[in-house]
Amino acid sequence: MELFTNQILAGIATGAIYACMALAVVMIYQAIDHLNFAQGEMAMFSTFFSWQLMQWGIPYWWAFLITLAFSFVGGVLIERLLFKPLAKAPILTNVAGFIALFAIINSVAGLIWDFTIKQYPTPFGSSPFLGSQLISTHQAGMIGVTVGLLILLYFFFQFTRMGLAMRAAASLPESARLVGINTSWMIALGWGMAAAIGSIAGILIAPVVFLEPNMMGGVLIYGFAAAVLGGLTSPLGAVVGGFLVGIFENLAGTYIPGVGNELKLPIALALIITVLVVKPAGLFGRPIVKRV
Amino acid sequence: MSAVQEVVTEAPAVEAVPKRAMTLGYGASLIMLALLIAAPLFVKNFIIFQLTMLLIYGLAVLALNILTGGSGQFSLGQSAFYAVGAYTSAILMEHVGMNYALTLPVAGIVCFGFGFLFGQPALRLSGVYLALATFALATAMPQLLKLGYFEHWTGGVQGLVVTKPDAPFGLPMSQDMWLYYFTLAITIAIYIFSVNLLKSRSGRAFMAIRDNEIAASAMGIDVALYKTLAFGVSAGITGVAGGLGAIAVQFVAPDGYTITLAISLFLGMVVGGVGWLPGSIVGSAFIIFVPNIAEGISKGLSGAVFGVLLFLVIFLVPHGARQVAIVAQQLIGKLKRN
Repeated sequence: MELFTNQILAGIATGAIYACMALAVVMIYQAIDHLNFAQGEMAMFSTFFSWQLMQWGIPYWWAFLITLAFSFVGGVLIERLLFKPLAKAPILTNVAGFIALFAIINSVAGLIWDFTIKQYPTPFGSSPFLGSQLISTHQAGMIGVTVGLLILLYFFFQFTRMGLAMRAAASLPESARLVGINTSWMIALGWGMAAAIGSIAGILIAPVVFLEPNMMGGVLIYGFAAAVLGGLTSPLGAVVGGFLVGIFENLAGTYIPGVGNELKLPIALALIITVLVVKPAGLFGRPIVKRV
Repeated sequence: MSAVQEVVTEAPAVEAVPKRAMTLGYGASLIMLALLIAAPLFVKNFIIFQLTMLLIYGLAVLALNILTGGSGQFSLGQSAFYAVGAYTSAILMEHVGMNYALTLPVAGIVCFGFGFLFGQPALRLSGVYLALATFALATAMPQLLKLGYFEHWTGGVQGLVVTKPDAPFGLPMSQDMWLYYFTLAITIAIYIFSVNLLKSRSGRAFMAIRDNEIAASAMGIDVALYKTLAFGVSAGITGVAGGLGAIAVQFVAPDGYTITLAISLFLGMVVGGVGWLPGSIVGSAFIIFVPNIAEGISKGLSGAVFGVLLFLVIFLVPHGARQVAIVAQQLIGKLKRN
């Protein structure tokens, strides 16, 4: 039983990261109807940036905040410079754009910081949390930070003018424009926030998977799986999906014989395909309706 | 996206490519063929090897082109089919002792089956979902190949070493040159097959689905069947390319078939021009030679160069090499008139 609880809690901790990635993917999907294949690489780059700040002697939490701001600005710039001109382009062009961004960021990070694996610090330590053997302080910290972030986002979208404008721009762009919302900038803002959320995921998972240019590959696939499971049209679904996928991954790894770390990615693949076949709209998404 | 908008907006149709524009004229084809036949007589073995790889990647890009340019579906997972083809050939040659030439059809058939089965769920998906599923497939493939269960066959992380075939009938040729001509023959055969496939009833069905799925099904085309078929054919050709690749490189290992390969092939298609079959060879040249040049400047730079060039292509020449070829043709036409 203790093993079971332990695995559930560990699943929630990694699930928190997947929830962040899924949320970032869904935010951009809501804004522009495309999946950001470069989301993981953007997060990786932000994580390296924060690592560099810490190497220069900036304390962890300051580096954390500066990285958030950096990622936000970076996300807005990417949208303005690269994807805004592609807004009306066919889907193939957009996919090509994301793939290009993926390749550029991955390669540039390798150039600047090298492909060797680096340790990444955690401010929480890795001792047992509150004296219990079930969960480490870093895992508790991952859950805590994510939950805090989700609450903040909820309040932002529910109770601020800006949040309302962003929701309006995502759900009915034409009408939003008529009431005077600058929808184009709302999309850019969505990109910025997605990049910042992604960077939090990167910073939190880096002590676990270690810092290297390809660190987010597996995390991104699980983020996609979470987003698909929850429904690509639902931010809430993405978060729930993230936690579910995290728990599922851990339980499958513990209880199904032969499924270990080496099957991590194939499991995500199977999960994505199963959801797409059985329930393409996901748990909370709207079914796609097409007019003939 | 709102509910209202979702109902009224259609998936943006891929721009229609007229049938004739998908191939080269006879004259140009013959010149190209003569060049390809003569090329290895004048260069060193290493360059012959690179030319062989050019043809092999050309095949893989061609396969993707049939899928995307022909039937309008996406795949970011071509590296997975390439890997399956490569492993099929390698395992048959090294464990079963089969002749290298005979392993290729087997690789093609195995990949056709794999692609067809993968296409079954994929055909229900469109656009981003298909891109997502194939992206996940490409990412997961190296881990699948490393699995302990198959280690006896696949060689696990180490991979397999493949022996390079000698020229048959005592022909006075180096191994590289023989392999080049062998690859060239297969490439030409598959190219002719592809051109004819796209001209046939099935090819017209692919294009009808690409241009308007609903209209196609109203005309009585079995959309599900043809979409899966396109996936299967594309995977099959990629598998043959993979098998040839394994013979040419003499080595297969899981880390040779990562998402980077899938990205390269996708890039090759975009650079060559989506839906323009001869562009495949241009795209293939691009993905073979550009990284060499970039790596010469700095190690690890090739990704960045790829990415930047890809952005340049989609912003400046969205139809890739086809657009360049058409502009060139018009220029020549103008000069002739003067």
